Amino acid sequence: MNAKRLRLFLPLVGFMVVCAFLYRGLTLEPSKLPSALVGKAFPEFSMPGLKEGQQLDRSMLVGRVALVNVWATWCPSCRAEHRFLNQIAEQFNIPIYGLNYKDDRGKALQWLAKLGNPYQFSVFDEDGSLGIDLGVYGAPETFLIDHNGMIRYKHVGVVDMRVWREILLPIVEELQLGAGQKVIQ
Amino acid sequence: MIPEIGHFALILSFCFSVALGVLPLLGVYRKNTLLIWLAKPLVAAQLLFIAISFALLTWAFAVDDFSVIYVASNSNRALPMIYKVTAVWGAHEGSLLLWALILSGWAFAVGCFSRNLPDDIRAMVLSIMGLVSVGFQLFLLYSSNPFLRFLPDFPLDGNDLNPLLQDFGLIVHPPMLYAGYVGFSVAFSFAIAALLSGRLDASWARWSRPWTNIAWVFLTLGITLGSWWAYYELGWGGWWFWDPVENASLMPWLVGTALLHSLAVTEKRGAFKSWTVLLAISAFSLSLLGTFLVRSGVLTSVHAFAVDPERGLFILVFLAVVIGSSLTIYAVRAPTVKSYAVFELFSRETLLLLNNILLIVATMTVLLGTFYPLIYEATTGGKISVGPPYFNLIFAPLILLVLPLMTLVPQIFWKRSPTADLIKKNIIPLVCSLILCVGLWVSGDFEAVSELNVQIILAVLFAVWLFIALVKDLIGKLMSHRAAHRGSILDGIRSLTLGYYGMVLAHAGIAICVIGVAVVSVYSVDKDLRLAPGDQVEMGGYQFEFKGLTQTKEANYTALTANIEVTNEAGETWTMKPEKRSYPVRQSQMTEAAIDAGFFRDLYLALGEPLTKGAWSVRIQVKPLVRWLWLGGLLMAFGGFIATLDRRYRTKKTPASGANI
Repeated sequence: MNAKRLRLFLPLVGFMVVCAFLYRGLTLEPSKLPSALVGKAFPEFSMPGLKEGQQLDRSMLVGRVALVNVWATWCPSCRAEHRFLNQIAEQFNIPIYGLNYKDDRGKALQWLAKLGNPYQFSVFDEDGSLGIDLGVYGAPETFLIDHNGMIRYKHVGVVDMRVWREILLPIVEELQLGAGQKVIQ
Repeated sequence: MIPEIGHFALILSFCFSVALGVLPLLGVYRKNTLLIWLAKPLVAAQLLFIAISFALLTWAFAVDDFSVIYVASNSNRALPMIYKVTAVWGAHEGSLLLWALILSGWAFAVGCFSRNLPDDIRAMVLSIMGLVSVGFQLFLLYSSNPFLRFLPDFPLDGNDLNPLLQDFGLIVHPPMLYAGYVGFSVAFSFAIAALLSGRLDASWARWSRPWTNIAWVFLTLGITLGSWWAYYELGWGGWWFWDPVENASLMPWLVGTALLHSLAVTEKRGAFKSWTVLLAISAFSLSLLGTFLVRSGVLTSVHAFAVDPERGLFILVFLAVVIGSSLTIYAVRAPTVKSYAVFELFSRETLLLLNNILLIVATMTVLLGTFYPLIYEATTGGKISVGPPYFNLIFAPLILLVLPLMTLVPQIFWKRSPTADLIKKNIIPLVCSLILCVGLWVSGDFEAVSELNVQIILAVLFAVWLFIALVKDLIGKLMSHRAAHRGSILDGIRSLTLGYYGMVLAHAGIAICVIGVAVVSVYSVDKDLRLAPGDQVEMGGYQFEFKGLTQTKEANYTALTANIEVTNEAGETWTMKPEKRSYPVRQSQMTEAAIDAGFFRDLYLALGEPLTKGAWSVRIQVKPLVRWLWLGGLLMAFGGFIATLDRRYRTKKTPASGANI
């Protein structure tokens, strides 16, 4: 084969490179990374809340089986996830706490005003330090904690109705039974 | 029961697609006329069953069958009927079904309107389209089935349709866009059939041209409508955002535009054959890549892709099979294609090739900008976003270069052209345009001549030049015909082909669109104001007075309407009513801008957030010539449509007689 013929394969080679990147995008799938924190206590913190003047710490998360959702206005997937969180907050007996991660307070408050607020309260983690303690990879991530404040599950990516029904809800029900709490629904 | 029948119809349609993808192709190689003949009935059957499937899904929406998961997550009892129907394509599964339906529709149209095509070529084209259908329908059945149920306990009411999508724009925008995307599958199938059969000649180009034209027209309309929809529905007056969804439609459009022109060269001069084939493959590949990546969400975030890895992997495999195999066929078979055409450096061929290359480079920059966040995250794990600054910096100058070429190409001859003639033709248009631009420069606010402003001035200069040259060329042609034949003006008008008129209209559309973009980017005034009832403000020659708010309740939302009285310089007064809507089901709010549209300017009012003491933040914009953007788009589409009607696509010609006219 001469050079001219080989040149005709260039588009194919270029496309294969694109495919390789797309495949890497698939296999890089962060939700498969196991969280070292599962089974450990939710880290201690003392931080301002998203609402001006609020001061929050770990004790305020403890007591009930709950979801801690890492979100930010710069994250498009969080926008997709938001309506599911609204739905869960409305339909199920489980508190959802927000961790507003590396975000702008004004934008975040506007976001909640506009899209609805599923959170009991949101921790305002401006520099991402609590995120580091939690091993947050990106947003959105959702931690499931039990009534003692132990992390029982970590979901990376959007929590939609399918993730909620198939993955989170069974664990939540089991934990709530264990805690002697009224089972949700 | 009804959804199950829909599901079953989808499966049947899939079976027919498989048969369509295999049997006629086999017939061509075995020279079996029965199998070749089968192509048309199989296409009809495939279309019939997918149409039934689509109709039944629509039915499930119409009767609020919330046991169907897809209906429950995208509809609601309170939703008006028209939006229940359009909600069918409001999310992933349904829009894929629409895609598949339109694909079958195109295949059926090819079957119907291809009497001048040799039977074996037609069978091959239909077969290849059938194979594409197989992929889509398999994807639907395997991981995107819209007919799945929530059983046994289904919700009593649905989740409602995203309020952004409850709008006329959504009724027509996606089907147009999809018709464009899928339309390129025809040019693609023709190209693959030509490669496989080795009959890559002028008649192949002539068969492909009207189909490519029509697909391009739909895509142009789809993009124009999408931009218009974003303008009035997203609530802040932007008309193009360079977001991945838009880029996904822009890339096939750019390549499709290059393809249209390259096909012309191949048809008339027999040149660029291999390049044209590659463009035909690329246009459809980019349509596929775009639709799928947008649908899977991989472009907004890798995380979203990971939500459903099964879907993502299917998409990737499908893309690899379709695009990979067609590029392999291209690499293996293209050497058999030979171009004999000879042309000089300064000829229409060269300029068209140059234009083609510019369009492809522009596509590459969009592709890179769209994929860069993905590549960056895949290699470094970090996040990055590529926004308008990148595209304005790279893309705009490229398109600027395209404009003068567009002016010159129709004026210059095939093979070679004398330069003196060209200068003579352009003196008047160029001078007129220069005068206009100097006028603009002097009158406008260009205190600091930034790079952007130079670009804007050049854009207006080139666009006006293009427009005047087109009009001059048209008049010149009519006059010379009249002088030569002593006929009436009407004879002169009739002597020119529809193809020529189409070109003039489409190119004029580009000129108008570019002028609109340039002017609106520089001369728009916008302000975010704090207005309490009774407040008055003066802007861009208009007086705005905030009269107060009223609240109304509609079927599925409540609306807060601001009454703002506008007075122009002539003292005329009218009221504009921007709204804020709350949709309780999705707990979401929507801003409905009030737009006073005009040929020379739009007034754009959007209601922001409530402030203290009864005041509201209100965004007021005066946008000159913004309509020209979409007017230009419509004109382009209309031109493309007119060109498709050209008589020479309808006459029957034998394959051999096509070359070198």
